[in-house]
Amino acid sequence: MGIAKQNARMSRYMVSPSVLLLLLWMIVPLSMTIYFSLIRYNLLYPGENEFIGLENFEYFLTDEGFGPGMSNTLLLVGSVLLITVVLGVLISVLVNQAFWGQGIVRVLLISPFFIMPTVNALVWKNLLLDPVAGVFTAVWTFFGAQPIDWFTDYPLFSIIMIVSWQWLPFAILLLMTALQSLDQEQQEAARLDGAGPIALFRYLTLPHLARPIAVVVMIETIFLLSIFAEIFTTTGGGPGYETTNLAYLIYSQALLQFDVGLASAGGLIAVILANVAAFFLVRLVGKSLTDK
Amino acid sequence: MSKKHILPIVMAMGVATTIPQANAATTVTIGTVNNGDMVRMQSFTAEFEKSHPDIKLEWVVLEENVLRQRLTTDIATKGGQFDVMTIGMYEAPIWGKQGWLTPMDNLPADYDLEDIFPAVKGGLSADGTLYALPFYAESSMTYYRKDLFEQAGLSMPEQPTWDEVKGFAQTLHKPDEGQYGICLRGKAGWGENMALLTTMSNAFGARWFDENWKPEFNGAEWNNTVSFYVDLLGTYGPPGASSNGFNENLALFNSGKCAMWMDATVAGAFVTDKSQSNVADNVGFALAPKQVTTKGAGWLWSWALAIPQSSDAKDAAKTFTTWATSKEYSQLVAATSGIEKVPPGTRASTYANPEYMAAAPFAAKTLESMNKADANDSTLKPSPYVGVQFAAIPEFQSIATQVGKLVSGALAGSMTVDQALKSAQNITSREMKRARYYK
Amino acid sequence: MLSLKQRRRAQTVVLGTIAWLVALIIFFPIFWMILTSFKTEIDAFATPPQLFFTPTLENYTSINERSDYFHFAWNSVVVSFGSTIIGMLIAVPAAYSMAFFETKRTKSTLLWMLSTKMLPPVGVLVPIYLLFKDTGMLDTKLGLVIIYTLINLPIMVWMAYTYFKEIPKDILEAARMDGATLFQEIWKVLLPMSKGGLASTVLLSLILCWNEAFWSLNLTASQAAPLTALIASYSSPEGLFWAKLSAVSTLACAPILVFGWISQKQLVRGLSFGAVK
Repeated sequence: MGIAKQNARMSRYMVSPSVLLLLLWMIVPLSMTIYFSLIRYNLLYPGENEFIGLENFEYFLTDEGFGPGMSNTLLLVGSVLLITVVLGVLISVLVNQAFWGQGIVRVLLISPFFIMPTVNALVWKNLLLDPVAGVFTAVWTFFGAQPIDWFTDYPLFSIIMIVSWQWLPFAILLLMTALQSLDQEQQEAARLDGAGPIALFRYLTLPHLARPIAVVVMIETIFLLSIFAEIFTTTGGGPGYETTNLAYLIYSQALLQFDVGLASAGGLIAVILANVAAFFLVRLVGKSLTDK
Repeated sequence: MSKKHILPIVMAMGVATTIPQANAATTVTIGTVNNGDMVRMQSFTAEFEKSHPDIKLEWVVLEENVLRQRLTTDIATKGGQFDVMTIGMYEAPIWGKQGWLTPMDNLPADYDLEDIFPAVKGGLSADGTLYALPFYAESSMTYYRKDLFEQAGLSMPEQPTWDEVKGFAQTLHKPDEGQYGICLRGKAGWGENMALLTTMSNAFGARWFDENWKPEFNGAEWNNTVSFYVDLLGTYGPPGASSNGFNENLALFNSGKCAMWMDATVAGAFVTDKSQSNVADNVGFALAPKQVTTKGAGWLWSWALAIPQSSDAKDAAKTFTTWATSKEYSQLVAATSGIEKVPPGTRASTYANPEYMAAAPFAAKTLESMNKADANDSTLKPSPYVGVQFAAIPEFQSIATQVGKLVSGALAGSMTVDQALKSAQNITSREMKRARYYK
Repeated sequence: MLSLKQRRRAQTVVLGTIAWLVALIIFFPIFWMILTSFKTEIDAFATPPQLFFTPTLENYTSINERSDYFHFAWNSVVVSFGSTIIGMLIAVPAAYSMAFFETKRTKSTLLWMLSTKMLPPVGVLVPIYLLFKDTGMLDTKLGLVIIYTLINLPIMVWMAYTYFKEIPKDILEAARMDGATLFQEIWKVLLPMSKGGLASTVLLSLILCWNEAFWSLNLTASQAAPLTALIASYSSPEGLFWAKLSAVSTLACAPILVFGWISQKQLVRGLSFGAVK
């Protein structure tokens, strides 16, 4: 028996514990969630845990917030992805050429990613967007414009802005580093052949960035689908249902009512939706992601 | 009271309660909110530990929403992480009924339980058993700017009607000068806009549920209330009113932007505090507005200290809770921070003290408001629930938060009042059905 | 007419200026937060907001009086690094097997792993709380380390997997032909080649642990509470709070921010997808 084969077999033994642990961690909560979703389980009513079939699912799906929650989730994820990818590409191309203070600029650009989501939301809500004493209000007043009451008049847009601010650095970081491995000689050769900057960007830079963009989209989607802290801290899902997304709907039911059954049903629906989203994403961008 | 009085008080307390022990100190973990009065309580840790060397205090100070979630998880699972929990008048009866809290009986004689307002005691009890000791308590009242009223030749009655309030707001609303007729809570939340709106609805003769727990949002009373509220605050309120809670309105009022403000009586100490208020000398006080009735016009709330059954240091925890809600504690606060900073709304003796009444201009109206509030009789038509600005049932938190979102939507103009109320009726019946109140 | 060189230089200056502007705008909220932390509460709420004021340290001193910052910060450090180290020890072998001994199910397993991150933690809070209570892990750093390791494992496996996919299989096979044991293969060939990628995985895991605010608030009380709990004790109390909130936020974010800045160079190198070709 060749060493190669032996290694392959051994590696399977070696990794099986970690893979097993991983699967266990994912299967245990999943099966618990499935179980809870089928019983009446409210923390405030101990002991009354009878089987109620699909009642939890029925209540979740017919909740008034479910429709707006779905569309807000899609809007939020879509807009933030669009903003972070487009601006991310532009900014990373911009900072890719050498200029004075490049290192500092890069550090400044990636900083928001290190800030806690709660802090992020609190700083934006109070220090920046407050309709009376916020910085934005002062800027608007300075230019003689009527200050905007962000969370009342443009609630979802405000949330998108806050979340984009947090995730743009992540996109910049990944794309910026990917650009460094762009073949300089090839670019120089193309330029000598008379290719303009737009053509260079279109035919050399963008294709090169396809893979990192796919990574950005995948990771961001997973986190954006479950955005919650930013909404909880700023608008509480309102006014009306204008900033209620699916994750917030689940949390508000679970946290305010301590209805574990309903939250579990909502969670399972969210997982199904995430899988659907992942399926389409893989169709869309996945080829460059998992294939070599 | 001057600083030199502190020492004798601390020493007296020490003599009264200290029993020297060789054993290691018992640790008492206290979960509490980050409000000013509680932070002050935390700052007296050293004093308490000095007079009770056998007890060591550990603090978990959290923001209100986070704290409520944290404590509920712990108590419902009998986690035993906390020996003292800071809970409100909403939780105390519900948790007490579940058997999760230690009854507050056999209190020391010098605690003087009779001194505590009966309404507050009642709100913290379930089936006649007291489950939490009140740290401070509040009702709601009307704050207005005496200077602006005088200039405009207006006079505020002892207890105005909401119609009168609207008239005043109309006269005093001068948005170009940065002066708004009225500031009210608009931020969605069962403890934010719904607290105010429920007292308002009480005054308009509405109730949350009829005798069979059916919601009444499709009735004329609620429609009148919400229409009036949206019209009043939308027309004569500050911009962005739908995201203003207690804090935002306090900041607005203190910076002189509101002619009137209806909110918690505890705000009296803040609006008259020169270090944070520009209008400290010009604040007038009146009762919370009435309309078709005076019943339930002002709310009743208390932050109280309770001991969970899962605590493993119940005796030490009781020593602490009785200390923190005692007359001695009030004296300690008076001696160190000033007498007007004494936790308000809990003890008759506080209001019998002429020194306090003189130092706290808001005290007389606070007392009057507290005396009028009755959690057991707050609606014009009979209702099956306890609570003035809430219904003490586990579902209320979730229902009122959702209804609050709808009302703030109506205020922001993203839906009509009729739509909001129709949805509110829908949501509430669904939740009540789900909770098996009826089929 | 300008020469090519001059045009290039002018271009660099213009683009550099734009880059600086963009960076300053993006950094502004953090700058403003730090600035506000040195204001008095009244200055912090002043209209219009003040850029120049008499700085004060009173917020920091009052926070220091009320809470033991280093206690919280130390908990954050221990928990973040602890769970990251353990997580890497589990994730790297798993990713190795998935990347180099791929089966038909590998891809769908990976995606499914990611999608389970959508499960709301509230759903399993109660069972986990009970489990922790019975094993005495409530309010312990060990408990948080375990939870964080498990939460971040899918992301770490996934990232390590994408980096390993970059490495040509031939190189590993060549090493194997030379008689390298499995351990040598991973330690001497695989890890050095994916060093940068793994460094960025480590950093991402550290950030996620440092900023996690659900489990850290719900499973701790006083002993193991990390910085997120400190933030929760200063957000939205009654009265004015902007300056103190800014100060406590600055304190809570500073360590990870500085750490991120220092490791940025390494990170930039590490994240280069397709660098090894």
